Amino acid sequence: MENASKSIVEIRQLTKSYRRGGQTVPVLTNISFDIMPGDFIALMGPSGSGKSTLLNLIAGIDKPDSGSLKVNGIDIAALSEAELADWRAANVGFIFQFYNLMPVLTAFENVELPLLLTTLSRSQRQERVELALSMVGLTDRMAHYPSELSGGQQQRVAIARAFITDPLILVADEPTGDLDRVSADDILRMLARLNSEMGKTIIMVTHDPHAAKSAHSIRHLEKGELDVTSER
Amino acid sequence: MHFLKLISRNTLRHKLRTGLTVLGLVVAILAFGLLRTVVDAWYAGAENASSTRLVTRSSISLVFQLPINYQERIRKIPGVSAISHANWFGGVYITEKNFFPQFAVDGKTYFDLYPEYLILPAEMKAFRIDRKGCVIGRKLADTYGFKVGDTIPLRGTIYPGAWSFTVRAIYDGAEAGTDTSQLFFHWDYLNETLKKTIARRSNHVGVYIIQISDADRAAEISTEIDALFRNSLAETLTETEKAFQLGFVAMTEAIVVAIRIVSFVVIFIILAVMANTMAMTARERIREYATLKALGFGPRFLTGLIYGESLAIALAGAVIGILLTFPIAHAFSKQVGTLFPVFSVSLETVFMQVAAAIAVGFIAAVMPALRASQVSIVEGLRHIG
Repeated sequence: MENASKSIVEIRQLTKSYRRGGQTVPVLTNISFDIMPGDFIALMGPSGSGKSTLLNLIAGIDKPDSGSLKVNGIDIAALSEAELADWRAANVGFIFQFYNLMPVLTAFENVELPLLLTTLSRSQRQERVELALSMVGLTDRMAHYPSELSGGQQQRVAIARAFITDPLILVADEPTGDLDRVSADDILRMLARLNSEMGKTIIMVTHDPHAAKSAHSIRHLEKGELDVTSER
Repeated sequence: MHFLKLISRNTLRHKLRTGLTVLGLVVAILAFGLLRTVVDAWYAGAENASSTRLVTRSSISLVFQLPINYQERIRKIPGVSAISHANWFGGVYITEKNFFPQFAVDGKTYFDLYPEYLILPAEMKAFRIDRKGCVIGRKLADTYGFKVGDTIPLRGTIYPGAWSFTVRAIYDGAEAGTDTSQLFFHWDYLNETLKKTIARRSNHVGVYIIQISDADRAAEISTEIDALFRNSLAETLTETEKAFQLGFVAMTEAIVVAIRIVSFVVIFIILAVMANTMAMTARERIREYATLKALGFGPRFLTGLIYGESLAIALAGAVIGILLTFPIAHAFSKQVGTLFPVFSVSLETVFMQVAAAIAVGFIAAVMPALRASQVSIVEGLRHIG
């Protein structure tokens, strides 16, 4: 067990199963580990190993059957739906495989979206969004709609949207899964910068060993159980 | 701000689908408005009836007439301030399809009971001194192009023969709902002709119109009038002008009920179309809703987006439908001529159109909004729209 007192994510005996066709299918069994502040962790494993489920639990968009899951000392499994929504808005930045941008909003408006849940003024929001978009190199694409951007550019908008609220953790589910190698490397460099320069804790699910190399550590999941830990 | 932006942009996301849905709503709201106006037109006579006018007719049927000597006996009843009489003439102007109501009336007293018929004093004087003269309404004059001095030939049906009347006056309605599609001529002229042709039918009137000084005494005076002629050869039935008019509507009530039902069926059909549109829309956007939820937006925000979009489409259809109702009702009114003496879109109909549109927009969004608010984020993110 790692130094739990300093960990930002503390997972203990976490179990999750789903009901499919009247049968209970275990997805995660007795998972325990910690993630330290500023970590960049890659979760790997074959399809159905439970890595995305684990990511969803850490991000507070799914609830475990048993065990405890504390993020920054808060047991998020005990929060109500409404409390979880507020918690996610303040603490989690999401990066999805298919970007999940709102097609009717421009790049600027998409990045601004999470800030609507804050008390920031319009001018403060504008300042932050412009800064975020400049950090991902999309200053000249602010007024473009997602359909007018390449896959790599859309993922950069999604990254800007993920860190715009300065969240505690960034969760990325196959962030390079839909991209060509050049765009994927670009995104991985960006995540590495967010981790090294801004100190963001990143938990990334990936199938791609090349992508996993960007992380500080790799956690392997096999049939719902934590298999091997490799530190780089 | 973003909320309204999202609603407006989502509404216009599938322009063809939204356009066709709005078109359907326009047709439905328009049809609903026109059908309601037809129902209103049916009741126009009753709606515009005076509460201080009673109508006395034969208790057996309107087909049977009452002796003219009843008039003075009724006049003596306390509370009766004026009395006049009228006969339904039922003549045909050129062909049967040119229908308009014609009445033989007591020219000296009849119009005193109907202040809502506005007649120039000079024209009224000309009518009163011409036994073959007639007074026609503005709508009738406009429909057939009649002017003062023109002769209107009528083929008698109830009173056989060829009749002709000279237009001496054209009346306007004091209110929008006043029937101006009628023709009135002198009962004296009819009666004198009958004395020569069918003497047994002379000296009879179809109905007595009685002005009372106190509307609250209508029931009491009606009872007194009918009691006066009980056990006579021609017993009477007296009722308020409104009840009398509603009696006519009751004869065709099945048609009115059918029109009412159809008007609501139209709304029900567009509700199904609209619900289908919103269900498709919400199904396609499940992943977006899940993303918004993951970002921290609550179910209220999502349901607001769906209700907002549904109401925006419904109200767009309502606005265009209502705006089209007026010119189309006007054109319809011109087409049917004097069949519907009063055919105008009432404020109540417009309110009902707006209410129907809001109801459609609201109900159509209920299920999609419920689904969006309940969708699990994990399931929603996996959804392929």
